[in-house]
Order: sequence, then C-alpha cells, then structure tokens
Amino acid sequence: MDFNDTAEEASFRKEVKAWLQNNVPSDAELAGLDEIQQCKLWQRRKFEAGWACLRWPKEYGGRGASAIEQVIWQQEESKHAVPIGIFDIGVGMAAPTLMHWGTERQKLQYLPPLASGEHIWCQLFSEPIAGSDLAGIRSRAIRTGDNWILNGQKIWTSGAHYSDFGIIVVRTDATVPKHEGLTYFLVDMKSSGVEVRPIKQISGTSNFNEVFFEDVKIPDTQRLGAVGQGWQVSITTLMNERAALGTGGGGVAFKSVFELASQLTIENRPAIDDSQVRSALANWYCQESGLRYTGYRTLTALSRGETPGPEHSISKLVGASKVQDMASFALDLLEMAGALAKTEQARYFDAFLNSPGYRVAGGTDEIMLNILAERVLGLPQDVRVDKGIPFSDVLTGT
Amino acid sequence: MNFEFSKEQDLLREQARAFLTQHCPTTVVRKILEGNEPFDRALWRKIADLGWMATVIPEEYGGLGLSYYELVVIAEELGRALAPIPFSSSVYMATELLLREGSPDQLRSWLPKLATGEAIGTVAFAEDLGRPTPRTINTVAEDGKITGKKIAVPDGDVADFAIVLVGSEAGNGTSLYFVESSNFSGETTDVIDPSRSHATLEFNESPGELIGLAGRGWEALNSLFDRAAVLFAWEQVGGTESTLVQATEYAKSRYAFGRPIGSFQAIKYKLANMYVKHTLARSNCYYGTWTLAGNHADLPLAAATCRVSAIQAYYYATKENIQTHGGMGFTWEFDCQLYYRRAKLLALNLGSEHWWQDRLVTAHEQRNQAA
Repeated sequence: MDFNDTAEEASFRKEVKAWLQNNVPSDAELAGLDEIQQCKLWQRRKFEAGWACLRWPKEYGGRGASAIEQVIWQQEESKHAVPIGIFDIGVGMAAPTLMHWGTERQKLQYLPPLASGEHIWCQLFSEPIAGSDLAGIRSRAIRTGDNWILNGQKIWTSGAHYSDFGIIVVRTDATVPKHEGLTYFLVDMKSSGVEVRPIKQISGTSNFNEVFFEDVKIPDTQRLGAVGQGWQVSITTLMNERAALGTGGGGVAFKSVFELASQLTIENRPAIDDSQVRSALANWYCQESGLRYTGYRTLTALSRGETPGPEHSISKLVGASKVQDMASFALDLLEMAGALAKTEQARYFDAFLNSPGYRVAGGTDEIMLNILAERVLGLPQDVRVDKGIPFSDVLTGT
Repeated sequence: MNFEFSKEQDLLREQARAFLTQHCPTTVVRKILEGNEPFDRALWRKIADLGWMATVIPEEYGGLGLSYYELVVIAEELGRALAPIPFSSSVYMATELLLREGSPDQLRSWLPKLATGEAIGTVAFAEDLGRPTPRTINTVAEDGKITGKKIAVPDGDVADFAIVLVGSEAGNGTSLYFVESSNFSGETTDVIDPSRSHATLEFNESPGELIGLAGRGWEALNSLFDRAAVLFAWEQVGGTESTLVQATEYAKSRYAFGRPIGSFQAIKYKLANMYVKHTLARSNCYYGTWTLAGNHADLPLAAATCRVSAIQAYYYATKENIQTHGGMGFTWEFDCQLYYRRAKLLALNLGSEHWWQDRLVTAHEQRNQAA
C-alpha cells in the first residue's frame, strides 16, 4: 500500500502537468462560445494530443494508459477550470458498454468520434411508467427486414437536446417475462420521428428531457448484444454509471462548508467553535474521505483487471444524501439570509434545490440499498409478483 | 500508487484468521466474559508463539521489525474474533508509547519481554467521570513517587507495568511515569465488556520513573492516541464485519410470514447500511495506516477519521444486529451481546466519538494553518 506516486507515476504526472499548463484554454479562447462549443474545443484538443479517454486502446481513440495513469490525469485536470461534462454519458456509460458488447465494427465506428468530442451521447432508459423497475419499460421495437421500428417514450434524459446518439433499451418481445424481452440499441438522435421536450425541474432549470419516438427506424447494425439480451447489456451501463456518479455536488463539499463555518459566527463566536457544527463537519469529512479511499481501492481492483461491480452503488448512495444534507446545513448556518436566492453563497441554495435529483438519478437510494443487500450481501430477493410471467400479463396501474 | 495490501500481507491475514477461527471461537470469549479469569492465558501464549506482539518491535529488542501494515492485519483479525486478551493495552498502547518515548534503558529492559508476551503493559490516564484534560489530573509525583488513583485502566489488574499520566511537578502541564506493578495495587472492576479486564489503580508514594520529557506528558499521550486510534479502528472494523456476517446469516435463515426476513426491505436496508458504514470506515483505515506507517504529517487527521467512522460503524452494526435478531438478540445466550459490548468498550477506551469528532476538526484547522 502506498498513496504516493512511484518514480514512473511521478514522471507521468509531470508530463501531464506540463501539457495542461500549456494547453488549458484561456478565458479569451473560450469567450463567445457556448458550453457545448467550449466542451468540444477542450475534448478535441485532448484527443489530438493523445490525452482523451486515456484508458481506451489506441485504435479506438485512446492512449492505452493504465488505470492509475487515468487517475493521475483526472487529479491534474480537475485542478484546472476546464469545460467538461457533456461527454460524461458517452465516455462513462456508452463507451464501456460498447467496449464490452460491441462488434469490432461498432467499436471502430462509434468510439473514435466519441473520444474526439465530435459526438455527444445520451442515455434513454427510464420511461414514465418504469424507473426503479427499469425492466418494466414499454417502448417497443419491431423488426422489419434489416431495420427495427421504434415507438414509445423515454424520460429524464440528460442532454437529449444536444446529443448525436443515444443508448436505448426497448421491448422487442412482450410474450416472455420482462427481463427476457428487452433489446439494446444505439439510436441516432437526428433520426426522423425523434422529438425532444425539455422538463422543468425544481430548480427552474431544464437539464433533462422527455424523448418521444414515432416510427423511428434503427438499422439492425445498431443493435448492441443479441435480441433479448438487452437487460444484461443495460446492467453493464448501469454499473459504470454508478461507479461514475456520486462525486459531483455543485461545489458543496467538506472544504466549502468548513470554510463557511470558519467565516460565520454563532452568538459572536466563530461557528466552527460550536460543538454541533464540529460534529456535523467531522461526520461529513469521514464520509467524504471514506468515499475517496473506497474509490482508490476500486482503482487498484480495476487496475488488476476487475470490472465495476454492484459494490460501487455506495458512492452514489452516500454522496447524494451528503450533498443534500450539507447544503441544508450551510443554509442553516446563514440563518435568515439562507433563504435568499442570489447571495455569494448561492451554491448552497442551488445544491439544496438540485440535490433531491441526485438521490433519484441513476437509481434511487432505495434501489442502491436493494442492490447492496441482494447482490453484495446475498440476501434473498423480495417477492416479485411479475416474476416468470409473460410481460403482457403483468398488472400495471393507471 | 497502490491502495491494497500486498500478497504477503493477505497471506498473513488468512493465517491469522484460520488460527483465530480455531483457537478463539466465541465460546472462548464467553468463558472470559462469564468466568473469573481476566484473560485467556492459553490464547495469549499461542499468539506470543506466533510473534504477534513482536510485530513492529525492532529486531535489536527481540522484535520482528515488521511494519504497521502487518500489525493492522493482525488487529483486524483480533477484532473480528473478539479476542479476550490484553493485546490492545500491551501492543497498541504500552509498546507504542515506549517505542516513542522510552529511554534506551527502558527499551532494553522492557521491549524484549513485551515482544514475547512475557510482560504486559498498559497506560493509565482517566481519574474521574468525563473527558480527561491536563487540569483534571490529580495524581502527583514527588521526588519520583506517585500518589493518586486511575480508573477504567484496561488490563490494569494483569499488567506488569503501567505508564501513568501525572500532574507535573512544575505544576504546569503533565508528565508520564513508568510504574511497575509491584509498586501499585490494582483492583478489578466490572465493565461493560467483561471479556476484557479493567482495573482501578491506586498509587501511594509508588516509585516511578519519568518517561519522555517532563511537563510534556499530555502531548506524548495525545500523539499516542493518534497512533493507537488507527490500530483500535482496525479491531473495530474487524468486529463490524463479523457482526455484519452474523446479521446477514441470520436474516437469510430466519423465516417470518413465510419468507426469510432478509427478503424484507426493512431488514435489507439495515444490513446494506451496515455494509456502507463498514466500507467507509475500512477505507479510512487504509489511509490511516499509510499515515501511521510512514509517520506522515496527516496522521492526526487520518487517525481521527478512522476512529470516528469505525466507532459509528461498529455501534450501528451491533445495535442493528440485535434488532435483526429480535428477542433472541437480547438474550444472554446469543452472541449479539458480545459484539455490542465490545463495540462500546472500544469506543470508550480511547475516548468518545464526540471527542474524536472535535479532534478531527482541530486537526483539519491545524493542517490549514500549516499550509
């Protein structure tokens, strides 16, 4: 065990630092570009210099780097305020699924433009009728010759309005039990019959959408995995999603709340001297550091060739509630002023309104707990009344 | 960067676990809990033969000269097995304090005996209800003679020596004194976990020897606490995992309403939350161990983080384990009580969760000031 760099890692870090120093876009370069253009500019620059998607094999646009080198890159890149984010779903979810299930032809077709930032991807899993019970989706695709015709509706699709492609799971057979009748596709979001409508969230902003499909044609060459294997393919996506989520939080972290508590006062004394404040801060520090080092241990496992398993549900589960609770606590420290929307402490206000979404997106807290209990601890499944019966016979509410 | 134990360390873990499964089942723990013996002497001797007490003691003093990575592997397994022996007092406390503060003579006289388990040491600081501070220390030393009383001293009735926190002769600060057991009286006291013996120690002009710098006892003790917190935390993590396994097995085999109770979400969520707290505490312990092994400046912060998360994980696991077992969990007969008792004892021996939360934030403040 050694939390320090080896000589080799240190020299790699030096190289990364130097490249970033010379290539991070200046404010002037970014001025006048919208967020998507900014992200694409930075991704393209990384790609051209061999710094995009480091762990991917070179033939798919990566660098063939090790897991640890990937971490070093992330640690160093995160020290700069660079425009990233819109590629999270493509790089973090679509790509690992393609890498695992795709044909060689699919990999060569879709991965390089993802690495270069040319294509943005979104994820089309949840439906109005099926979220936690994802295998209960009803969007359907029917085969006609070399194509599939897709009809239905997806929801909570982040970035659908600017995405080029989507990963989608749909029902291709309703006469078999629900998990067996699903198939996974790569859908061109510019296809005719795709309509994207934004959803307004609690915070008033619209980061995600409803997506409607009306007779959308998908070539069979865009199917990922076998017909009827969509559930297994989706699990690969979801495992990678949960391994990637849970680290965000809009700048609400121990460090920021610690600094806030150091600046504010309670009864004319620094808030940080209050024993309740200290207890709360200590607990969050324990969670944050526990998640950080759990993540490091995961990296060691990944670098030994293991794939992300159900145990990674932990970072999203703990991280999401932590942001919500810290934001609420920070607003309390501000007392009456905590109610104000546009103060210099707006990040807590925003996080308070955004954090309920973190606890739902990518699998609710409750689903994460079920996964840990059933797939990690091996506890028996809950009674499932839809188990083993044809999907068309499963009861639905209205 | 490499965030896992080495193959050799994993092998040591397997050996330790197999050994303790055979020689320290909970029937052994129960025998101490229910009987009059202060600890399991046979187990202590066997462990001494394996050299566990000698782990980090340098070879020149009869030790194995291994690292803290090996010691924490052993600590985790002892915690998992609830071993009823004075290992924490003698190894994590007395040996650690001697290694850091002892004079060459003290090291030569005592480390070889501690390494073989022939001698047992302990550290005595608390005197009254509530959190000890330098101002609450009434034990005094005059011309090297100690007078006063120490309470809740782990293994104080079986130790060959105690390192005692004493109000400094200068009247400003505190000092540590090394006192052999022939010079004090120890009376066994009932404690929350009777599988671990504790005593009240009375010093009446007991001859002692200064250890470390005069007037700097509190600082030395607190630096010991940081080191011991990491080692204690591994015992707590081992116990937490053992408790989680027990709760999980019970939830799979106990049926109600025609189903295993582990199929109900109310039970699943308890056990999943145990898993989460255990995992976070364990990961914090990894970093804590690295700071301990490398004597890193981050040790005080990392140690407090280990300790707070390990206290919370163990307490949560043991109380919800009883709840999962229902009425049976509350009986003397079931082993749930053993873990529940040990969790609280380990949480108290080195100072409470609340105290360590405070230390954590203090360590963070100090790190920021240094930066």
